[in-house]
Amino acid sequence: MKNDRVRYLVVGNSTAAIGAVEAIRRLDPSGTIRLLSREPHHVYSRPLIPMLLEPDVDLHRLDLRPRDFYEAHGVDKHLGLAAERLDPRERTVWTREGPVPFETLLLACGGKPFRPAEVGGLDACGVFSFTGWDDAVNIRSALETSKVSQAVVVGGGLIGIKAAEALRARGIEVTLVELADRVLPLALDARGSRMAAAAIRKAGVELLCGTTATCIEAPGGRASAVRLRNGACLPCGLVVMAIGVAPNADLAAGTDIRVDRGIVVDDRCETSVKGIYAAGDVAQGTDALTGASRPIPIFPNAFWQGTTAGTCMAGGEPRPAAAFAMNAVEVFGLPTISVGLATASGEGTEVLTAEDEAGTSYKRIVLRGNRVVGALFVGDVDRAGIYTGLIRDRVDVGTVKPLLTTDEFGLLRLPQQYRKHLVLGEGIEA
Amino acid sequence: MRKWLVQPDFVVERDPERCVQCQVCVRQCANDVHSYDAEDGAVLSDSARCVGCHRCATLCPTGAISIRQSELEFRCNSNWTPGLIRNLYRQAEGGGVLLSGMGSDRPLKVYWDHLLLNASQVTNPSIDPLREPMELATFIGRKPDRVAYARTDRGAELQTVLEPQLELPFPILFSAMSYGSISLNAALALARAAHETGTLGNSGEGGMHRDVRPYAGNMIVQVASGRFGVDVEYLNRAAAIEIKIGQGAKPGIGGHLPGEKVDAAVSETRMIPEGTDALSPAPHHDIYSIEDLRQLVFAIKEATRYGKPVGVKIAAVHNVAAIASGCVRAGADYVAIDGFRGGTGAAPTVIRDHVGIPIEFALAAADARLREEGIRNRASLIAAGSFRSSADVVKAVALGADAVYVATAALVAMGCHLCQRCYTGKCNWGIATQDPYLTRRLNPEVATRRLVNLLRSWAFEIKEMLGGMGINAIESLRGNREHLRAVDLTEAELEVLGVKAAGVGA
Amino acid sequence: MSGTGGGGNGNGSGPRKRIVAVEAYCIGCRLCEINCLVKRSRSRKILKAFRRERDAVVPGIRVEESGHVSFALQCRHCDDAPCIAACITGAMHRDPATGAVVCDESRCAGCWSCVMVCAVGAVRPGKKRKVASKCDLCMGEEMPVCVAGCPNEALRYEER
Repeated sequence: MKNDRVRYLVVGNSTAAIGAVEAIRRLDPSGTIRLLSREPHHVYSRPLIPMLLEPDVDLHRLDLRPRDFYEAHGVDKHLGLAAERLDPRERTVWTREGPVPFETLLLACGGKPFRPAEVGGLDACGVFSFTGWDDAVNIRSALETSKVSQAVVVGGGLIGIKAAEALRARGIEVTLVELADRVLPLALDARGSRMAAAAIRKAGVELLCGTTATCIEAPGGRASAVRLRNGACLPCGLVVMAIGVAPNADLAAGTDIRVDRGIVVDDRCETSVKGIYAAGDVAQGTDALTGASRPIPIFPNAFWQGTTAGTCMAGGEPRPAAAFAMNAVEVFGLPTISVGLATASGEGTEVLTAEDEAGTSYKRIVLRGNRVVGALFVGDVDRAGIYTGLIRDRVDVGTVKPLLTTDEFGLLRLPQQYRKHLVLGEGIEA
Repeated sequence: MRKWLVQPDFVVERDPERCVQCQVCVRQCANDVHSYDAEDGAVLSDSARCVGCHRCATLCPTGAISIRQSELEFRCNSNWTPGLIRNLYRQAEGGGVLLSGMGSDRPLKVYWDHLLLNASQVTNPSIDPLREPMELATFIGRKPDRVAYARTDRGAELQTVLEPQLELPFPILFSAMSYGSISLNAALALARAAHETGTLGNSGEGGMHRDVRPYAGNMIVQVASGRFGVDVEYLNRAAAIEIKIGQGAKPGIGGHLPGEKVDAAVSETRMIPEGTDALSPAPHHDIYSIEDLRQLVFAIKEATRYGKPVGVKIAAVHNVAAIASGCVRAGADYVAIDGFRGGTGAAPTVIRDHVGIPIEFALAAADARLREEGIRNRASLIAAGSFRSSADVVKAVALGADAVYVATAALVAMGCHLCQRCYTGKCNWGIATQDPYLTRRLNPEVATRRLVNLLRSWAFEIKEMLGGMGINAIESLRGNREHLRAVDLTEAELEVLGVKAAGVGA
Repeated sequence: MSGTGGGGNGNGSGPRKRIVAVEAYCIGCRLCEINCLVKRSRSRKILKAFRRERDAVVPGIRVEESGHVSFALQCRHCDDAPCIAACITGAMHRDPATGAVVCDESRCAGCWSCVMVCAVGAVRPGKKRKVASKCDLCMGEEMPVCVAGCPNEALRYEER
């Protein structure tokens, strides 16, 4: 590896890194971009790793960008080469192949699965996390080598549900265990979660809420059962731990870079050290709706942060963006979209709900004052994005509140000026 | 109570093989003819409400709809025709005056269709308008009795001071259609098309809406009996002023715009309160003699500093020639004569169909009378009242018109299908309505384009006909009855028209 | 496998034409939706498309109506398209020739992230097929069928 001081160094090879590379190249077609990735794979879509459990999967389906992406964008890529140490003052990253000096750096190291210290047996054979390519490939091998007929997935969030879907599709009996009183507790409210639970059970998956794993029994080092807090014991040949992801901020630990739960960044995605940026699951910015400083580990946010970081690294002005939680996921075929403070209730909030007669579709809109701060759609998710826009742009919807949950609600109901702004003033002429 | 005697005029036929229940017809019919039955997944049509405007059939993407005359047939009766019988039923059930829109549809002779043009052969060679200059330019206004000029070192210079003239690129103008009876989009389109082609439109008695003011230089404004919208700025803004004494569709009676059609914009333009009926009285209440008319003509000329032509519009009635002569002597710079077939937004059907005389006779008689009196040059004659093609225009010029007013043809060009229900305010084509849901249907840009197309095609056809006659300037045709021959007309008709029968030589 | 439907948010290089709706001229007839549905159907013939595929095809354009005001809206093909940013498969990408945002249906996983982030509501979940449905400017046609078929010229196709 050349040890010239590169203009742009990117550590990471997932969503945020891609956003940054594309943003840099829009402004600077020639400055050298060097990219280091611990994983050896071409950039792949993390949300799609359940596909790797399908029997006849075409691996190219997981490519997040075409195979010529690095070449087309002039990226000096080093896949399978991890960044091991960072010295912000020397502005250098060390790898096993030597130092990599930089002018600007983007830390897009993503997250790592949360491993609860109090649960025993996590290192046994047959226990997996489900956050990356290797996890999926390992599970796939395990399914192919040992006959697994029962599996337990610990964690009823997005990753847990996707793991359960993939395993169930292989004909395995799956039990899904969730600590909270309902599945997808952050994204869905009680009603929405009941619909999700119905879909889960209809698929033949057993769902246990309000409990969690205390230990994994593994005689001979091979997982054979999961013991739950409520005393129950679930025999199984495979365990997926999906109880959460924490920012992978190891590289910044012990340096001048301020780290809280994740690497703390401002609204330009710059860390406390000038010229060093962080984006994606590793970064901790400000939640626009709550004002809290917290990581927002979701796909679009990672891409937008990467774009912001890349733009700033190349000397451009980033578009101001409001960051808040948002998730679109199908739960065993039931579409759900949850944006902002979708489950909030209580003082200061106004909650509007609507359901269709058949009970197959549910909407929940949360308002603070005259502004939408949360929206939840289960079943019928058509045009949900309009509400995302209302949240992001803090539109005053006082005059149309009664219409918000109806099918008639649309752009036409919004003030004409906002409508014109939304379509860039060029889409609709009054 | 259902009006049992009233029968549908039309039958709506829907081809079940072609109807895909897209419901465009349901959305587009202002008369609620079509409806969608969700339970049966079918579109149904209530023929009784259909007015025959063809909106649904035009927009249907599969051509599944056709409209036919009602199939309820009476025993053949040449005296008690189905139309008369149906009107009786309507009056029996409704008890009011029957109204109609547009011009009379009665089967009287259309005299234009009995007049034929000449063409050159052998002795007088025809002219190809694509290769040689052809002058259609028309000047409306008083022409001097004599023209005096002097020779100077710059050549010949005109010494006679000319009265104000309107210069038109061809002998066609848009006739008066008041904003209020037609939508703003329609009024705008007419003004824009006049502006684009260099001719003139006419505001009618509705005043001039603010949005039309940029085109005022191509507009004639009317001073009608209700004096709606008339103030000194209105007069001075326009290219010419027209005192409306009468209208061909409803001679002798006034006008009536129902209060439903007087929305905020109409109210502002006409200067009357919103929602009130706009009633134009039958006579101008300050004109009870020809001297009164002369006084008004000159009052307007004073107000506009003698800078614009002031014309008078009269309806074609029995002594139209004498009236025209009187108007000329009263100082009018042009006289517009509106014939029996002229259109309207609303008129009592009996008046529309039984009062007045056809423009062919009125024009010929007025032209002849003014020539006899030696005052033909003092005013231009504009003929109005159902000019349906460029051939009608050429024949009118031959009968003595300086220019021709078109209205119905312009509305048809914008999409009118002559359903004659303008007075309901539910014009499905967005023309004769103020309902904002319906007025959107007339895109003023598209309408302007269509009107300009109409005028340009007629202008070119006129050139073709003139060229065929061996004439290269419209002036040579004006009043020149030698270029006309008549077929199937009586001696008396031939005499009034001043036209020879076909087969008779020069 | 260069450039085959794999994401990316650069600007197109060809003449950029976009569909503009003139609100004042929209008459709410929905012929645009009908024409779009026919264009996207397999048969491309209106009688067959409506008979067989009416519930399977989602038009890329949608008419909103309230009282006498209406307009038709489709994807704006934004410069900073949030749907491209949010797309987890890279199916949502920009066509280099027109600059239009297009969904490669062979790669779409039907996660509806694009539906979630489109503030204009122009990306919609497919009905019979689990892929995102949106306007693609009738790729390959000289004029989008919604523009060509509008009876009141309320949609324009012009350079922006």
